[in-house]
Amino acid sequence: MTANATPILQLDHVGKRFGGLQAVHDLSFVMREGEILGLIGPNGAGKSTLFNLINGVFAPNTGRIVFAGIDITGQAPYLVARHGLARTHQIVQPLTNMTVLENCTVGACFGRENLPLGRAREVAREAAIGVGLEDRLEMLALHLTIAGKKRLELARALAAQPKLLLLDEVLAGLNPTEVEYMIAVIRRIRDRGVSILIIEHLMQAIMSLSHRIVVLNYGEKLAEGSPDEVARNPQVVEAYLGDPKLAAELQAGDATPASQGEASQGSASNV
Amino acid sequence: MWRRPFFWIVAAVIAVFVFAPLIGDNVSLREGLVLAAIYIILASNLNLMLGYAGYINFGSIVFFGLGGYICVWLINSYNWPLAPSLLAAGIGVSVLSFIFGLGILRLRGPFFALSTIGIVEGVQAFVQNFEPWGGSAGIYISPMVFQPLGGPGRALWVIYFLLVAVMGASLYLSYAIKTSKFGLGLLAIGQNEDAAAILGVPTPRYKALVYSVSAFLPAIAGGLYFFKSAFIQPSDAFDLSLSTEALVVAMLGGQGTVTGVAVGAYLYEELRGYLLTSASFSNFQLVIAGALLLVIVLFFPSGLMGFIYSRYPSTKKVLE
Amino acid sequence: MLGILASIIDGVLVGLVYGLAAMGLTLIWGVMDVINLTHGTMIVAGMFTLYLLTSALGVPPYLALPPVLVGGFIVGVALYWIAVHRMIGRPPLMSLLSTFAVNLVLIGIGTGVWGTALFNVAVSVPGISIGRYTFPGAHILAAVLAAVIAAALYLFLHGTRLGRALRAVANNREAAELVGIPSTRLLAIAFGCGVSLAGVSGLLIGTLFPFTVLSGDGYQLKGFVVTVLGGFGNPIGALLGGVALGVLEGAVTPFVPVSWTLVIEFGLFVLVLIAFPGGVFARRGTL
Repeated sequence: MTANATPILQLDHVGKRFGGLQAVHDLSFVMREGEILGLIGPNGAGKSTLFNLINGVFAPNTGRIVFAGIDITGQAPYLVARHGLARTHQIVQPLTNMTVLENCTVGACFGRENLPLGRAREVAREAAIGVGLEDRLEMLALHLTIAGKKRLELARALAAQPKLLLLDEVLAGLNPTEVEYMIAVIRRIRDRGVSILIIEHLMQAIMSLSHRIVVLNYGEKLAEGSPDEVARNPQVVEAYLGDPKLAAELQAGDATPASQGEASQGSASNV
Repeated sequence: MWRRPFFWIVAAVIAVFVFAPLIGDNVSLREGLVLAAIYIILASNLNLMLGYAGYINFGSIVFFGLGGYICVWLINSYNWPLAPSLLAAGIGVSVLSFIFGLGILRLRGPFFALSTIGIVEGVQAFVQNFEPWGGSAGIYISPMVFQPLGGPGRALWVIYFLLVAVMGASLYLSYAIKTSKFGLGLLAIGQNEDAAAILGVPTPRYKALVYSVSAFLPAIAGGLYFFKSAFIQPSDAFDLSLSTEALVVAMLGGQGTVTGVAVGAYLYEELRGYLLTSASFSNFQLVIAGALLLVIVLFFPSGLMGFIYSRYPSTKKVLE
Repeated sequence: MLGILASIIDGVLVGLVYGLAAMGLTLIWGVMDVINLTHGTMIVAGMFTLYLLTSALGVPPYLALPPVLVGGFIVGVALYWIAVHRMIGRPPLMSLLSTFAVNLVLIGIGTGVWGTALFNVAVSVPGISIGRYTFPGAHILAAVLAAVIAAALYLFLHGTRLGRALRAVANNREAAELVGIPSTRLLAIAFGCGVSLAGVSGLLIGTLFPFTVLSGDGYQLKGFVVTVLGGFGNPIGALLGGVALGVLEGAVTPFVPVSWTLVIEFGLFVLVLIAFPGGVFARRGTL
C-alpha cells in the first residue's frame, strides 16, 4: 500500500455556491500519485459536486484545482480529459445506441493519448476485456444490464488511459458477487499505476480499498486520514449518527479481505 | 474504402445518373435527376449535423443560396470562370459558417434549430437590401457566360455532370466522415453531448467544424444551380421549403445512414411528382412533406433504412 | 421627442398583446418542455376566425372572443393527442419536429385556400387623444383585454386546484403523478390552454393590424423572444417581456425600415440565448 509522494491532485480552498446553497466550502486536500483516496460523507455532503468541479462540469467560485502539476481550475471537461483525468458517473451515461466496443473506442480516441481510430479500437478492446465485457463487445449499450452498464462506464474511462480515475458510486446497485468482482478490478487498476479517487456508500468496500479517506459534511472537510483514524474520529461518527447502522459499520472499521464476505452481506443493504 | 460494397453501390448510383439521361439525349429525365441530385446533396450534408451530431439545421438552404450568390456574383461582376467561382463559393460559405457556427452552436438542441431559421431570415433580409447583389431584384447573368463551356446546350450538360460529381462527393464524404475518428466523436456528441465532452471529445470545435463542412458542397451545388438558371433572387435562394424538404428526405431515408439519403430522395421525388400531377394547388407539396414528416417522427423516427436495419441487421454491414 | 414617447406608449399597449401571444408558448414550454412550432399558425387561426365570424356572420369583433377561446382550447387538445403525446419524455427535438410537421400541413392548407392575400378586419373603437397624439382605441382595448386575460390566467394557475395541479406537473411530473395527479390529462389541458391563448392573441392582433396566412411566423418569433426574455414557463414574465419588446419596437421602428425589425428581433433572440443559455430568468420548472 505504498504510494508515491508526488501529488497527483491538489485542491486549494475550493468553493462552489449554487444560488443560496454553498455546496462545497473551503475544501483543501492533497492526493498522492498511486494512492486510492476514498471520499465519504452523508448524502448531500457535496461529493458528486466535487467531482463535477474537478473534471470541469462546473467552475469553482473560489480556490484552485491542480492536476499533475497543471492548473485545471474551471477548464472545460474535454480539456481536463485530455490531461489524463477520467470519470464514471453515479447515474451511468452510456452512449446508448453505440456498441460496447464503440463506447470504449470513444474513450480511447479522445483520452490522454489521443489515439488514431485503429489503435484506439485495440486499446478499447483490452479495456472492455479487463472488466469482463469480452462476451458483449458488439452489444448495444442500451441492451446491457445495470451491472453491465457500470462495467462499461468503467471500461470506457479506462480506455482513455487516465492518470487519475474518479469513481462515483461505481458499486451502487450491484449484488455482492458483482461488488467483489468490481473491487478486484479496482485493485488491479491501481496496481497498474492509476490513481483513484473514489466515492462510495458501501463502507466495507471503501474502507478496505482506500489508503486514505477524506470525510465531507455539508460541503466541508470534516476529517482526513487513514481508514482506521477516520473510523475512530468522534466527529465523523457523530455526522453519521443519523444512520446508526452506518455508524456501527464505521466502528466495526477496517475489514480485512477475509471478512469481506460476511461483511458485504450487511453492507449491500446499505445502498 | 473501395473494398467495401458500399463504395460500389454509390458508384453504381453515380453511373445511373450519368448514363441514363445520355441515352437518347433525354433532357427531361436529366432535369428530373437534377432535382434528385440536389435533394441528395442537401440531405446528405444535412445528415452530417442531423444524423451524426444530432443537431437539426432547419436553415441549411442558407448554404445553397449564399453559395449561389457568391458564384453568380463573381461570374457576373468580375467575369471569373466557372470553376474558381464555384470553389470560392464553397470556401467562402464554409468559412463564414465556421465563424457563425462557433457562436450559434453554443445553443443547445431546440434553440440551435430555431436560430438556424433566424439565420436564413437574417441573411435573406440582408441580401434584399444589398445593392451590389441586386437587392430584391436579384442578378441576371448574360448568356455570354455559357460560351466558354461550348454554348448553352452543352453548358447544361457540363453543369449536370458537375452536379452529379458533387452528389457523389457528398455521399462519399458522408461515408468517410462516418468511419473516421471525427465521425466517432460526432456520433458520441449525438448520443450524449455532456458525456462526450467528459470523455474528451472537443465538442465546440467539432460542432463548428461539422457545421462548416456541411456547408461546403451545398454551396457549390447552389453555385451550379443558379448559374444554370442564369438568374438568382433572394426569395428563390433562401426558400425555406427546400431545406425543409431536405430534412424530410434525410429523415425519410434514415438520419445517420448514408444510403438512406439516396433512398429517401428517390422516394420523396416519386411521391412528390405523383401528387403534383394529380393535385392542383402548388403548396400541396408542403402538406405532403409535413404529413410525411409527422408520420416519420411519430412512428418511424429512424427512417426507412433504420427500420430495415433493425429488421435485418446483416444489411447494415453492406449498406451503411 | 414627444413623438418617440407616444410611439413607446403605443409600444406598451401592443406589447401587452405580444405578451399574451407569448404566454401560450411559455405555458406549454414550462409545463411539458415542448416547443410548439404551430404557435404562429394558431395565432393566424385566431385572426382568420375573427375575419370569418365578422365578415361571414356579422359578429361584432370582440364578441368573437369566447368562440375563439373555446375553439382554440379544443384544437389544442386535439393537437396534443395527434402530435405531442407520443413525444413526451423523448428529447425536445422530437416534439419540435412533430409540431413543425403539423405546421407545414396547416400552412400548406392555409395557403392553398387563401393564398397569400392580405386580410383586414375593420374595428371602430374611439381612441384617446392627448395633445397632438391619438392612441387608437383598438390598441387600448386590446391591451386591456390582454391584461385581463393574463390576470385570469395567473389567478387560474395560483388560485384554482386545477391550476395548482398544472404547476405541480410543470415542476416535477413524476412527483406529481406520485401524489395522484393525472399528468397526461393535465398536459392535454395545458396544451389546450396554450393554443387557446395563441388564438385569442391572434384575434386581438387581428383587430390591430392586417394579416396574411403567413403572418404567424413573425408573431411566433416575437413569442420566442419574449419567452426567452421573460422566462420559460413564467406567464407574468411573458407579459413583462412582451411589454419590453413592444417598447423596443416603439423606440426603434421610427428609425429603421420595417423589413429589418424581424431581423433585429431574431438577432436579439440568438444573442440573448448565447449570453443566457437558459433564458434571462432561467427558472425552468416553475410557473
